[in-house]
Amino acid sequence: MAGEVVLLDTWASMFGMRVRIALAEKGVNYEYKEENMRDKSPLLLQMNPIHKKIPVLIHNGKPVCESAIIVQYIDEVWKDKSPLLPSDPHERAQARFWVDFIDKKVYETMGKLWLSKGEEHEAAKKELLGIFKLLEGTLGDKPFYGGDSFGFLDVGLIPFSCWFYGFEIHCHFKMETECPKLMAWVKRCVQSRESVSKTLPDEKKVHEYTLAVTKVTTGA
Amino acid sequence: MSEGEKVVKLLGAWPSPFVMRPRIALNIKSASYEFLEETLGSKSQLLLQSNPVHKKIPVLIHGDKPVCESLIIVEYVDQVFSSGPSILPSDPYDRSVARFWAAYLDDKWFPAMKAIAGAKGDEEGKALIQQLGEGLALMESAYHNISKGKPFFGGDRVGYLDIAFGCFLGWLRVTESHIGLKLLDQTKTPGLAQWAETFCADDAVKPVMPETDKLSEFAKLLMAKTASN
Repeated sequence: MAGEVVLLDTWASMFGMRVRIALAEKGVNYEYKEENMRDKSPLLLQMNPIHKKIPVLIHNGKPVCESAIIVQYIDEVWKDKSPLLPSDPHERAQARFWVDFIDKKVYETMGKLWLSKGEEHEAAKKELLGIFKLLEGTLGDKPFYGGDSFGFLDVGLIPFSCWFYGFEIHCHFKMETECPKLMAWVKRCVQSRESVSKTLPDEKKVHEYTLAVTKVTTGA
Repeated sequence: MSEGEKVVKLLGAWPSPFVMRPRIALNIKSASYEFLEETLGSKSQLLLQSNPVHKKIPVLIHGDKPVCESLIIVEYVDQVFSSGPSILPSDPYDRSVARFWAAYLDDKWFPAMKAIAGAKGDEEGKALIQQLGEGLALMESAYHNISKGKPFFGGDRVGYLDIAFGCFLGWLRVTESHIGLKLLDQTKTPGLAQWAETFCADDAVKPVMPETDKLSEFAKLLMAKTASN
Protein backbone atom coordinates (compact mmCIF):
# COMPACT_ATOMS: atom_id res chain seq x y z
CA MET A 1 0.00 0.00 0.00
CA ALA A 2 1.79 3.11 -1.23
CA GLY A 3 1.62 6.50 0.34
CA GLU A 4 3.85 8.84 2.26
CA VAL A 5 4.86 7.61 5.71
CA VAL A 6 6.52 9.85 8.28
CA LEU A 7 7.46 8.90 11.85
CA LEU A 8 7.93 11.50 14.60
CA ASP A 9 10.03 9.85 17.27
CA THR A 10 13.06 10.04 19.57
CA TRP A 11 15.94 7.55 19.28
CA ALA A 12 15.71 6.25 22.87
CA SER A 13 11.93 5.85 23.06
CA MET A 14 10.79 2.27 23.67
CA PHE A 15 7.40 3.19 22.29
CA GLY A 16 8.96 4.65 19.14
CA MET A 17 11.04 1.48 18.72
CA ARG A 18 7.85 -0.58 18.61
CA VAL A 19 6.72 1.39 15.58
CA ARG A 20 10.12 1.25 13.87
CA ILE A 21 10.26 -2.53 14.33
CA ALA A 22 6.71 -2.95 12.96
CA LEU A 23 7.49 -0.80 9.91
CA ALA A 24 10.68 -2.79 9.27
CA GLU A 25 8.80 -6.10 9.60
CA LYS A 26 6.43 -4.90 6.90
CA GLY A 27 9.21 -3.51 4.67
CA VAL A 28 7.67 -0.02 4.69
CA ASN A 29 9.81 2.93 3.62
CA TYR A 30 9.35 5.99 5.77
CA GLU A 31 10.85 9.31 6.69
CA TYR A 32 12.17 9.43 10.26
CA LYS A 33 12.06 12.76 12.10
CA GLU A 34 13.89 13.02 15.43
CA GLU A 35 12.00 15.21 17.89
CA ASN A 36 13.46 17.19 20.74
CA MET A 37 10.96 16.77 23.56
CA ARG A 38 12.19 19.95 25.21
CA ASP A 39 11.48 21.87 22.00
CA LYS A 40 8.62 20.13 20.23
CA SER A 41 8.21 20.78 16.52
CA PRO A 42 5.11 22.58 15.16
CA LEU A 43 4.42 19.38 13.21
CA LEU A 44 4.28 17.28 16.39
CA LEU A 45 2.02 19.79 18.14
CA GLN A 46 -0.24 19.87 15.10
CA MET A 47 -0.37 16.08 14.67
CA ASN A 48 -0.77 15.17 18.35
CA PRO A 49 -2.38 18.20 19.99
CA ILE A 50 -4.00 16.13 22.78
CA HIS A 51 -0.94 14.41 24.23
CA LYS A 52 1.94 16.19 22.43
CA LYS A 53 3.93 12.93 22.60
CA ILE A 54 5.88 10.67 20.31
CA PRO A 55 5.66 8.35 18.49
CA VAL A 56 3.28 9.72 15.87
CA LEU A 57 2.90 7.99 12.53
CA ILE A 58 1.75 10.28 9.72
CA HIS A 59 0.32 8.31 6.80
CA ASN A 60 -0.74 10.34 3.77
CA GLY A 61 -0.89 13.40 6.01
CA LYS A 62 -3.11 11.76 8.66
CA PRO A 63 -1.73 11.17 12.17
CA VAL A 64 -1.95 7.95 14.17
CA CYS A 65 -0.96 8.24 17.84
CA GLU A 66 -0.21 5.85 20.74
CA SER A 67 2.34 3.12 19.97
CA ALA A 68 0.07 0.08 20.46
CA ILE A 69 -2.59 1.70 18.29
CA ILE A 70 0.03 2.58 15.64
CA VAL A 71 1.39 -0.99 15.51
CA GLN A 72 -2.15 -2.37 15.06
CA TYR A 73 -2.76 0.20 12.32
CA ILE A 74 0.45 -0.83 10.54
CA ASP A 75 -0.55 -4.49 10.83
CA GLU A 76 -4.00 -3.79 9.35
CA VAL A 77 -2.82 -1.57 6.48
CA TRP A 78 0.21 -3.62 5.38
CA LYS A 79 -1.60 -6.88 5.96
CA ASP A 80 0.02 -8.99 3.27
CA LYS A 81 3.39 -9.32 4.97
CA SER A 82 4.50 -10.56 8.41
CA PRO A 83 1.18 -10.54 10.30
CA LEU A 84 1.73 -9.33 13.84
CA LEU A 85 -1.66 -9.79 15.54
CA PRO A 86 -2.65 -13.48 15.90
CA SER A 87 -5.64 -14.52 13.81
CA ASP A 88 -7.18 -16.58 16.62
CA PRO A 89 -9.53 -14.27 18.58
CA HIS A 90 -8.49 -15.52 22.03
CA GLU A 91 -4.77 -15.33 21.24
CA ARG A 92 -5.32 -11.85 19.83
CA ALA A 93 -7.07 -10.78 23.03
CA GLN A 94 -4.18 -12.23 25.08
CA ALA A 95 -1.56 -10.37 23.01
CA ARG A 96 -3.48 -7.11 23.47
CA PHE A 97 -3.92 -7.79 27.19
CA TRP A 98 -0.18 -8.21 27.79
CA VAL A 99 0.79 -5.15 25.72
CA ASP A 100 -1.75 -3.19 27.77
CA PHE A 101 -0.19 -4.65 30.93
CA ILE A 102 3.28 -3.57 29.80
CA ASP A 103 1.97 -0.08 29.11
CA LYS A 104 0.30 0.17 32.50
CA LYS A 105 3.10 -1.31 34.61
CA VAL A 106 6.58 -1.47 33.10
CA TYR A 107 7.28 2.14 32.19
CA GLU A 108 5.89 3.54 35.44
CA THR A 109 7.80 1.04 37.57
CA MET A 110 11.01 1.76 35.68
CA GLY A 111 10.49 5.44 36.42
CA LYS A 112 10.05 4.69 40.13
CA LEU A 113 13.25 2.66 40.04
CA TRP A 114 15.38 5.41 38.57
CA LEU A 115 13.92 8.26 40.59
CA SER A 116 13.68 6.73 44.06
CA LYS A 117 16.08 5.86 46.85
CA GLY A 118 16.24 3.52 49.83
CA GLU A 119 13.10 1.52 50.68
CA GLU A 120 11.10 2.91 47.75
CA HIS A 121 13.90 1.91 45.39
CA GLU A 122 14.04 -1.62 46.82
CA ALA A 123 10.27 -1.96 46.45
CA ALA A 124 10.39 -0.76 42.83
CA LYS A 125 13.20 -3.20 42.08
CA LYS A 126 11.17 -6.11 43.51
CA GLU A 127 8.09 -4.97 41.58
CA LEU A 128 9.97 -4.71 38.29
CA LEU A 129 11.58 -8.13 38.69
CA GLY A 130 8.16 -9.55 39.51
CA ILE A 131 6.75 -8.04 36.31
CA PHE A 132 9.54 -9.51 34.16
CA LYS A 133 9.09 -12.94 35.78
CA LEU A 134 5.36 -12.79 35.07
CA LEU A 135 6.06 -11.90 31.44
CA GLU A 136 8.64 -14.70 31.28
CA GLY A 137 6.02 -17.13 32.59
CA THR A 138 3.62 -16.05 29.85
CA LEU A 139 6.21 -16.93 27.19
CA GLY A 140 6.47 -20.50 28.49
CA ASP A 141 8.41 -22.71 26.09
CA LYS A 142 7.39 -20.90 22.91
CA PRO A 143 10.17 -19.39 20.80
CA PHE A 144 8.24 -16.11 20.54
CA TYR A 145 5.20 -14.64 22.27
CA GLY A 146 3.52 -15.00 18.87
CA GLY A 147 4.26 -18.77 18.95
CA ASP A 148 6.43 -19.80 16.05
CA SER A 149 6.43 -16.32 14.63
CA PHE A 150 7.41 -12.90 15.92
CA GLY A 151 4.21 -11.03 16.79
CA PHE A 152 2.47 -8.09 18.44
CA LEU A 153 3.54 -8.87 21.99
CA ASP A 154 7.14 -9.54 20.89
CA VAL A 155 7.14 -6.11 19.23
CA GLY A 156 5.52 -4.61 22.32
CA LEU A 157 8.10 -5.95 24.79
CA ILE A 158 11.45 -6.25 22.96
CA PRO A 159 12.33 -2.52 23.09
CA PHE A 160 12.41 -2.68 26.90
CA SER A 161 15.39 -5.06 26.67
CA CYS A 162 17.65 -2.04 25.97
CA TRP A 163 17.16 -1.10 29.59
CA PHE A 164 18.30 -4.41 31.06
CA TYR A 165 21.96 -3.39 31.10
CA GLY A 166 21.06 -0.27 33.06
CA PHE A 167 18.95 -2.26 35.56
CA GLU A 168 21.75 -4.70 36.16
CA ILE A 169 24.20 -1.92 37.00
CA HIS A 170 21.72 0.16 39.01
CA CYS A 171 20.10 -2.74 40.87
CA HIS A 172 22.95 -5.22 41.24
CA PHE A 173 21.31 -8.25 39.74
CA LYS A 174 21.83 -10.29 36.61
CA MET A 175 18.84 -10.68 34.26
CA GLU A 176 20.45 -13.91 33.02
CA THR A 177 20.09 -15.37 36.55
CA GLU A 178 16.70 -13.91 37.34
CA CYS A 179 14.96 -14.43 33.99
CA PRO A 180 17.00 -16.85 31.84
CA LYS A 181 14.12 -17.72 29.48
CA LEU A 182 13.34 -14.07 28.88
CA MET A 183 17.00 -13.37 28.09
CA ALA A 184 17.02 -16.31 25.67
CA TRP A 185 13.97 -14.78 23.99
CA VAL A 186 15.76 -11.40 23.73
CA LYS A 187 18.77 -13.06 22.06
CA ARG A 188 16.47 -14.97 19.71
CA CYS A 189 14.69 -11.77 18.65
CA VAL A 190 17.95 -9.90 18.07
CA GLN A 191 19.55 -12.76 16.15
CA SER A 192 16.60 -13.80 14.01
CA ARG A 193 14.85 -10.50 13.30
CA GLU A 194 16.71 -7.84 11.36
CA SER A 195 13.92 -5.41 12.29
CA VAL A 196 15.02 -5.80 15.92
CA SER A 197 18.81 -5.82 15.52
CA LYS A 198 18.71 -2.75 13.30
CA THR A 199 16.31 -0.83 15.55
CA LEU A 200 17.51 -1.43 19.11
CA PRO A 201 20.16 1.13 20.08
CA ASP A 202 23.34 0.17 21.93
CA GLU A 203 22.41 -0.51 25.56
CA LYS A 204 25.37 1.43 26.90
CA LYS A 205 24.22 4.52 24.98
CA VAL A 206 20.75 4.01 26.46
CA HIS A 207 22.22 3.73 29.96
CA GLU A 208 24.20 6.99 29.55
CA TYR A 209 21.08 8.69 28.28
CA THR A 210 18.99 7.41 31.22
CA LEU A 211 21.59 8.68 33.69
CA ALA A 212 21.58 12.09 32.02
CA VAL A 213 17.78 12.33 32.01
CA THR A 214 17.60 11.18 35.64
CA LYS A 215 20.06 13.92 36.63
CA VAL A 216 17.91 16.51 34.88
CA THR A 217 14.70 15.17 36.45
CA THR A 218 16.02 14.89 39.99
CA GLY A 219 18.27 17.91 39.74
CA ALA A 220 21.07 15.70 41.02
CA MET B 1 -18.16 -26.96 19.01
CA SER B 2 -18.48 -23.72 17.02
CA GLU B 3 -17.67 -20.39 18.66
CA GLY B 4 -21.35 -19.45 18.69
CA GLU B 5 -22.25 -22.59 20.65
CA LYS B 6 -19.82 -22.15 23.50
CA VAL B 7 -21.24 -20.81 26.77
CA VAL B 8 -20.58 -17.15 27.48
CA LYS B 9 -20.29 -15.90 31.04
CA LEU B 10 -19.63 -12.33 32.08
CA LEU B 11 -18.32 -11.47 35.53
CA GLY B 12 -19.34 -7.96 36.44
CA ALA B 13 -21.41 -5.55 38.49
CA TRP B 14 -24.38 -3.44 37.37
CA PRO B 15 -22.93 -0.03 38.36
CA SER B 16 -19.65 -0.46 36.48
CA PRO B 17 -19.35 1.48 33.22
CA PHE B 18 -16.58 -0.89 32.12
CA VAL B 19 -18.87 -3.90 32.58
CA MET B 20 -21.52 -2.16 30.48
CA ARG B 21 -19.23 -2.20 27.48
CA PRO B 22 -19.12 -5.96 26.81
CA ARG B 23 -22.84 -6.18 27.69
CA ILE B 24 -23.72 -3.70 24.95
CA ALA B 25 -21.40 -5.52 22.53
CA LEU B 26 -23.03 -8.90 23.30
CA ASN B 27 -26.48 -7.32 22.88
CA ILE B 28 -25.50 -5.92 19.48
CA LYS B 29 -24.53 -9.44 18.44
CA SER B 30 -27.71 -10.92 19.99
CA ALA B 31 -25.42 -13.26 21.91
CA SER B 32 -26.83 -14.77 25.06
CA TYR B 33 -24.69 -14.87 28.17
CA GLU B 34 -24.87 -15.60 31.86
CA PHE B 35 -24.26 -12.50 33.97
CA LEU B 36 -22.47 -13.32 37.21
CA GLU B 37 -22.76 -10.38 39.56
CA GLU B 38 -19.82 -9.72 41.88
CA THR B 39 -20.53 -8.43 45.38
CA LEU B 40 -19.15 -5.05 46.36
CA GLY B 41 -16.23 -5.48 48.76
CA SER B 42 -15.39 -9.07 47.89
CA LYS B 43 -13.98 -10.90 44.89
CA SER B 44 -15.24 -14.35 43.90
CA GLN B 45 -12.93 -17.32 43.43
CA LEU B 46 -13.89 -17.37 39.77
CA LEU B 47 -12.83 -13.74 39.34
CA LEU B 48 -9.49 -14.29 41.08
CA GLN B 49 -8.87 -17.38 38.93
CA SER B 50 -9.91 -15.76 35.66
CA ASN B 51 -8.13 -12.47 36.15
CA PRO B 52 -5.21 -13.18 38.47
CA VAL B 53 -3.18 -10.24 37.13
CA HIS B 54 -5.62 -7.36 37.79
CA LYS B 55 -8.40 -9.11 39.79
CA LYS B 56 -10.92 -6.73 38.17
CA ILE B 57 -14.23 -6.89 36.37
CA PRO B 58 -15.38 -7.25 33.64
CA VAL B 59 -14.11 -10.70 32.68
CA LEU B 60 -15.67 -12.58 29.80
CA ILE B 61 -15.38 -16.34 30.00
CA HIS B 62 -16.04 -17.97 26.63
CA GLY B 63 -16.12 -21.74 26.89
CA ASP B 64 -13.37 -22.00 29.49
CA LYS B 65 -11.18 -19.15 28.28
CA PRO B 66 -11.14 -15.77 30.06
CA VAL B 67 -10.80 -12.43 28.28
CA CYS B 68 -9.99 -9.36 30.40
CA GLU B 69 -10.06 -5.57 29.97
CA SER B 70 -13.33 -4.10 28.72
CA LEU B 71 -12.16 -2.72 25.36
CA ILE B 72 -10.24 -5.89 24.60
CA ILE B 73 -13.41 -7.87 25.36
CA VAL B 74 -15.42 -5.65 22.98
CA GLU B 75 -12.93 -6.29 20.17
CA TYR B 76 -12.98 -10.02 20.98
CA VAL B 77 -16.79 -10.14 20.84
CA ASP B 78 -16.73 -8.26 17.54
CA GLN B 79 -14.29 -10.73 16.06
CA VAL B 80 -15.91 -13.93 17.38
CA PHE B 81 -19.56 -13.13 16.69
CA SER B 82 -18.80 -12.13 13.13
CA SER B 83 -22.32 -12.76 11.81
CA GLY B 84 -23.78 -9.86 13.80
CA PRO B 85 -23.44 -6.15 12.92
CA SER B 86 -19.84 -4.86 13.07
CA ILE B 87 -18.77 -2.94 16.12
CA LEU B 88 -15.32 -1.72 15.03
CA PRO B 89 -15.15 0.50 11.91
CA SER B 90 -14.00 -1.38 8.82
CA ASP B 91 -11.39 1.18 7.71
CA PRO B 92 -8.01 0.87 9.52
CA TYR B 93 -7.63 4.64 9.93
CA ASP B 94 -11.15 5.00 11.38
CA ARG B 95 -10.31 2.15 13.76
CA SER B 96 -7.16 3.89 14.93
CA VAL B 97 -9.16 7.07 15.60
CA ALA B 98 -11.83 5.17 17.55
CA ARG B 99 -9.17 3.37 19.60
CA PHE B 100 -7.33 6.64 20.24
CA TRP B 101 -10.41 8.34 21.73
CA ALA B 102 -11.34 5.27 23.78
CA ALA B 103 -7.81 5.28 25.27
CA TYR B 104 -8.07 9.03 25.96
CA LEU B 105 -11.35 8.50 27.84
CA ASP B 106 -9.92 5.68 29.92
CA ASP B 107 -6.50 7.21 30.61
CA LYS B 108 -7.40 10.89 31.09
CA TRP B 109 -11.09 11.77 31.12
CA PHE B 110 -12.70 9.16 33.35
CA PRO B 111 -9.93 9.30 35.99
CA ALA B 112 -10.58 13.07 36.26
CA MET B 113 -14.29 12.41 36.77
CA LYS B 114 -13.60 9.76 39.43
CA ALA B 115 -11.24 12.11 41.25
CA ILE B 116 -13.89 14.82 41.67
CA ALA B 117 -15.68 12.89 44.42
CA GLY B 118 -12.48 12.72 46.48
CA ALA B 119 -11.15 16.19 45.59
CA LYS B 120 -9.54 17.95 48.50
CA GLY B 121 -10.74 21.52 48.45
CA ASP B 122 -12.16 23.94 45.91
CA GLU B 123 -9.01 24.45 43.83
CA GLU B 124 -8.53 20.76 43.04
CA GLY B 125 -12.25 20.29 42.37
CA LYS B 126 -12.37 23.30 40.03
CA ALA B 127 -9.35 22.09 38.06
CA LEU B 128 -10.87 18.63 37.62
CA ILE B 129 -14.23 20.05 36.52
CA GLN B 130 -12.43 22.22 33.99
CA GLN B 131 -10.53 19.19 32.70
CA LEU B 132 -13.80 17.30 32.37
CA GLY B 133 -15.39 20.17 30.46
CA GLU B 134 -12.41 20.49 28.12
CA GLY B 135 -12.55 16.78 27.47
CA LEU B 136 -16.21 17.02 26.55
CA ALA B 137 -15.43 19.86 24.13
CA LEU B 138 -12.87 17.57 22.49
CA MET B 139 -15.41 14.76 22.30
CA GLU B 140 -18.03 17.14 20.81
CA SER B 141 -15.59 18.05 18.08
CA ALA B 142 -14.60 14.40 17.57
CA TYR B 143 -18.28 13.48 17.34
CA HIS B 144 -18.86 15.97 14.52
CA ASN B 145 -15.76 14.82 12.62
CA ILE B 146 -16.37 11.10 13.05
CA SER B 147 -20.16 10.77 12.77
CA LYS B 148 -20.32 13.01 9.68
CA GLY B 149 -23.97 13.83 10.28
CA LYS B 150 -25.02 10.33 11.28
CA PRO B 151 -26.48 9.66 14.75
CA PHE B 152 -23.56 7.66 16.20
CA PHE B 153 -19.75 7.74 16.26
CA GLY B 154 -20.17 4.39 14.52
CA GLY B 155 -22.44 5.93 11.86
CA ASP B 156 -25.93 4.50 11.57
CA ARG B 157 -25.43 2.06 14.41
CA VAL B 158 -23.84 1.99 17.84
CA GLY B 159 -20.14 1.27 17.40
CA TYR B 160 -16.93 0.90 19.39
CA LEU B 161 -16.50 4.54 20.37
CA ASP B 162 -20.20 4.96 21.19
CA ILE B 163 -19.81 2.03 23.59
CA ALA B 164 -16.48 3.26 24.99
CA PHE B 165 -17.89 6.73 25.73
CA GLY B 166 -21.59 6.09 26.29
CA CYS B 167 -20.95 3.74 29.21
CA PHE B 168 -19.85 6.79 31.26
CA LEU B 169 -23.11 8.74 30.79
CA GLY B 170 -24.76 7.43 33.96
CA TRP B 171 -21.79 8.41 36.14
CA LEU B 172 -21.51 11.74 34.31
CA ARG B 173 -25.10 12.53 35.32
CA VAL B 174 -24.32 11.56 38.94
CA THR B 175 -21.25 13.83 38.90
CA GLU B 176 -23.23 16.75 37.41
CA SER B 177 -25.82 16.48 40.16
CA HIS B 178 -23.04 16.26 42.79
CA ILE B 179 -21.31 19.44 41.57
CA GLY B 180 -24.56 21.21 40.63
CA LEU B 181 -23.41 21.90 37.09
CA LYS B 182 -24.37 20.47 33.72
CA LEU B 183 -21.35 19.67 31.57
CA LEU B 184 -22.97 17.75 28.71
CA ASP B 185 -26.05 19.65 27.54
CA GLN B 186 -27.76 21.42 24.62
CA THR B 187 -25.86 24.65 25.19
CA LYS B 188 -22.33 23.41 25.73
CA THR B 189 -22.32 20.20 23.68
CA PRO B 190 -25.38 20.13 21.41
CA GLY B 191 -24.13 17.25 19.26
CA LEU B 192 -23.31 15.06 22.26
CA ALA B 193 -26.59 15.96 23.97
CA GLN B 194 -28.56 14.54 21.03
CA TRP B 195 -26.17 11.60 20.72
CA ALA B 196 -26.56 10.74 24.43
CA GLU B 197 -30.35 10.56 24.09
CA THR B 198 -30.18 8.39 20.99
CA PHE B 199 -27.53 6.16 22.56
CA CYS B 200 -29.45 5.57 25.78
CA ALA B 201 -32.62 4.73 23.82
CA ASP B 202 -30.87 2.12 21.69
CA ASP B 203 -32.11 -1.46 22.14
CA ALA B 204 -28.63 -2.77 22.87
CA VAL B 205 -28.03 -0.12 25.54
CA LYS B 206 -31.36 0.46 27.32
CA PRO B 207 -31.46 -2.88 29.20
CA VAL B 208 -28.00 -2.33 30.72
CA MET B 209 -27.88 1.44 31.33
CA PRO B 210 -28.48 1.97 35.07
CA GLU B 211 -30.87 4.71 36.21
CA THR B 212 -29.11 7.80 37.51
CA ASP B 213 -31.04 7.65 40.84
CA LYS B 214 -29.91 4.11 41.48
CA LEU B 215 -26.32 5.09 40.65
CA SER B 216 -26.48 8.08 43.02
CA GLU B 217 -27.63 5.79 45.83
CA PHE B 218 -24.82 3.41 45.02
CA ALA B 219 -22.31 6.27 44.96
CA LYS B 220 -23.39 7.27 48.50
CA LEU B 221 -22.95 3.68 49.64
CA LEU B 222 -19.52 3.51 48.03
CA MET B 223 -18.36 6.77 49.63
CA ALA B 224 -19.60 5.63 53.05
CA LYS B 225 -17.76 2.36 52.62
CA THR B 226 -14.56 4.10 51.48
CA ALA B 227 -14.77 6.51 54.42
CA SER B 228 -15.14 3.70 56.92
CA ASN B 229 -12.20 1.65 55.53
